[in-house]
Amino acid sequence: MIYRGKEGQWSWVLHRITGIGVLLFLLTHILDTMLVGWGPEIYNKVMSIYRHPFFKIGEVGLFAAVLYHALNGIRIILVDFWPRGTQYHRQMFYGEVILFFLAMIPVSFLMLSH
Amino acid sequence: MKVELRIQRFNPEKDSKPHFENYAVECEPTDRVLDAILQVKGVLDGSLTLRKSCAHGICGSDGMQINGRNMLACKVLVKNLKQPIVIEPLKGFKIVKDLVVDMKSFFEKYRSVQPYLQNEDPVPEKERLQSPAERERFDDTTKCILCACCTTACPSFWSDPNYVGPAAIVQAHRFLFDSRDKAKEERLNVLDSREGVWRCRTIFNCSDACPREIDVTRAISEVKRNLLFKKL
Ligand code: SF4
Ligand code: SF4
Ligand code: FES
Repeated sequence: MIYRGKEGQWSWVLHRITGIGVLLFLLTHILDTMLVGWGPEIYNKVMSIYRHPFFKIGEVGLFAAVLYHALNGIRIILVDFWPRGTQYHRQMFYGEVILFFLAMIPVSFLMLSH
Repeated sequence: MKVELRIQRFNPEKDSKPHFENYAVECEPTDRVLDAILQVKGVLDGSLTLRKSCAHGICGSDGMQINGRNMLACKVLVKNLKQPIVIEPLKGFKIVKDLVVDMKSFFEKYRSVQPYLQNEDPVPEKERLQSPAERERFDDTTKCILCACCTTACPSFWSDPNYVGPAAIVQAHRFLFDSRDKAKEERLNVLDSREGVWRCRTIFNCSDACPREIDVTRAISEVKRNLLFKKL
């Protein structure tokens, strides 16, 4: 059985996953930009793949990952540097979740309707 | 009430890996998990092996994983738990037998932070005085009973068994923030190393698990901040 951690453990697991996700995106992004070196044809061809609906949803996912990682990063900074941070880490996590959805609902709407 | 237990068993002389066994015993709702386990041992299977001593949450010997979380078996009532109550040894140590784990490395780390008062100044006539505020500074970390519930709940420790771990940091904190102690440098050297406080990712499993309700992550954060700003 895996350990039944609480908010702290799950916030950390999500932090890891979103961190790795964003890193993977950056790596592919570096690779696809590098294709410019082979000339505009190849570059444009590969870039057109990104217009597939799958990548549209992927972009929303990327935004979500960056947003969560940033918000939770602020929470970790507060835990580390604000002396009462460890007492309120749970509340900060729920605040973070609320902010996340407040931002994600309009943003996903805008991104997907484009 | 009838209490169903699902206990992880391991006999190093017979088994190649641990397995679970189910038991059912009759308990009062206000009995603790430890009482239920001792009933299994006393009535159903005398070979069940565990550590316990005080049975009152003071000695710290019966830390184990109960329904997925580390607790002292003597501090949790059966009526407050979902059945069957799943009982496993603490994670991250080698299992000696059933619920008994090898805590040698845990106590080595405890010793590495020199958990005793050091002060070479001439002994004053009466005592080394301390103001109530100075005493308050490390009050929380004096409560530790070295049960290892925190360290074995820590994902950083599972992935790196050499991490000094929350319990040792709590013990170091107790002396680092004691105005009478003079051996800060030695302790900080241990905690500032690769396997020291920086392995902590503020996951809070330790604080959630501590049966003494010590704000473990806070103690670790205080040590981190002091290392960063060299305030000690
Ligand atoms: S707060 Fe730090 S020491 Fe405690 S469980 Fe998390 S990583 Fe481990
Ligand atoms: S800090 Fe708490 S959980 Fe950790 S060893 Fe001490 S009493 Fe046990
Ligand atoms: S038996 Fe002593 S703490 Fe549980």
